[in-house]
Amino acid sequence: MERIPILKMGDFLLVTIQVDLYDQLAENLESDLINAIKKNNSKGVLIDISAVSIIDSFMGRILGNIAVMSKIMDAQTVVVGMQPAVAITLVELGLSLNGVISALNVEKGMDLLRSKMYNGDKEEQAYDDSSR
Amino acid sequence: MQNSLLASLKEHQNKLLAEWSKLLQASGSTDGSTEEEESKEFASLLLDALKHSNGNADSDEFENVYDLLVGISSSRGRRGFSPRENAQYLIAFKEAASKILSEMESDPSKLYSANLELSKLLDNMAILTFESYMKGREEVISRQIDEISEISTPVIRVWDGIVALPIIGTLDSSRTQVVMENLLQQIVDTGSSIAILDISGVPAVDSLVAQHLIKTVSATRLMGAECIISGIRPEIAQTVVHLGIDLTGIITKASLASALQTAFDMLQLTVVKRKITN
Amino acid sequence: MTTAADKEELFIAKEQDVVPLRNLVKEYGVKIGMGILNQTKLITATSELVRNLLKYGGGGRVIIESVTNGRDFGVRVVFIDKGPGIKDINLAMQDGYSTGKSLGLGLPGTKRLVNEFDIQTELGNGTTVTIIKWKNG
Repeated sequence: MERIPILKMGDFLLVTIQVDLYDQLAENLESDLINAIKKNNSKGVLIDISAVSIIDSFMGRILGNIAVMSKIMDAQTVVVGMQPAVAITLVELGLSLNGVISALNVEKGMDLLRSKMYNGDKEEQAYDDSSR
Repeated sequence: MQNSLLASLKEHQNKLLAEWSKLLQASGSTDGSTEEEESKEFASLLLDALKHSNGNADSDEFENVYDLLVGISSSRGRRGFSPRENAQYLIAFKEAASKILSEMESDPSKLYSANLELSKLLDNMAILTFESYMKGREEVISRQIDEISEISTPVIRVWDGIVALPIIGTLDSSRTQVVMENLLQQIVDTGSSIAILDISGVPAVDSLVAQHLIKTVSATRLMGAECIISGIRPEIAQTVVHLGIDLTGIITKASLASALQTAFDMLQLTVVKRKITN
Repeated sequence: MTTAADKEELFIAKEQDVVPLRNLVKEYGVKIGMGILNQTKLITATSELVRNLLKYGGGGRVIIESVTNGRDFGVRVVFIDKGPGIKDINLAMQDGYSTGKSLGLGLPGTKRLVNEFDIQTELGNGTTVTIIKWKNG
């Protein structure tokens, strides 16, 4: 069965969606990702959707689920690279993806994840200031 | 059906032209010399068509007449004639022709059928001029709409990471779409994380406009950027509250300057006055 | 008045079938010069309606056509299923209503994405949904 690859980068997981999503594929991604968070004890998840040309209510819901599920497992999810047309369509559809944090691109997403992680732990921030 | 009377109108072309131009002068729907050539060509083509077409209004000969007529009416339109005057142009031709016909034939029944056919033909042409006039206008309007929507949504890069979009004029749903598309595309292109939407130039904010603004803010956030709305005039604040529109959760500022200040704060930038040291 | 030019028909029986359908709809949009935003809205609407077709109708036929109304060009997509039909159409068109486990954005949300939306349903005889997106709509 077709699956979307999940890459581990230190404390983070990186998912780049390069194919057209359909429901089953999105559902697989949800469970694979949650399992990977557990397995790697990840602190952050970056989902790059810059190559995704459409997101409908089902896939939007999956993204929301992933954000909430990872949150309760103490990992922050950031969705990066949403296309303008996709964003406008989601809003028109009535889906504002509450709970999902987004960033313009992978680089900004990484920065955001780091600042979120280390802001939660002031001590860690003290000696890891160079990363920001 | 061949109407011999109409077919033989060709023989009286010059007389008809003279009569026509007299009527046109009287009604004031002509501008003289520019027109003479056109009118001559039109009359000649039409009379030829009447002579050769066997009364069939869909024949090739008439196609040429229609083409010419469309050309004439659009050029008249450009010269400032109203569609009413264009119609009068044809009505005058009909009048002139029917006068000539009555001089040529004395049998009322023959005269009647010739007139009837002529009327039908020319009324049809009058409708055609109306249609081409409307079409010309619609083309102008749609071109202007495109131009307006293009020039009215300039996205300005005010700082590294900050874009601003001043909205001037009413914000309807199709305009909102253009605004959103431009703004979001610029956010992607410049990698900006803050967008300022200035509505100083929006005459009124009703619940629909507010909804469009909220949608724009939501879409910007989905992309991972923040959106500040500036240029909230006192009367806008009043209507927003009176209409019960919920703008909480949206950063609003009275002026573009204070929006920019907020944007600087978000990006942890400070603007300081330079100290002059000797 | 709307007249149709090109026309194609696809059978939808499983989830994966949505991918070629989306591509075909996109192709029709590109052919008439539809902008990227309107294309995205149309494809998203198609995606929503195909899900309904599979979930409630057990699959069915989808017809894609290029249409014109004289002033503008557009793409019409018709979804035909022979499922149980919808019991209360007004209720189904309300924001936030859903019988399935989705968000209930389905029909009203989809309607907002397109220019024309028509739904015909008969209990026991299936549902036909027709949408049109105009190039400049």
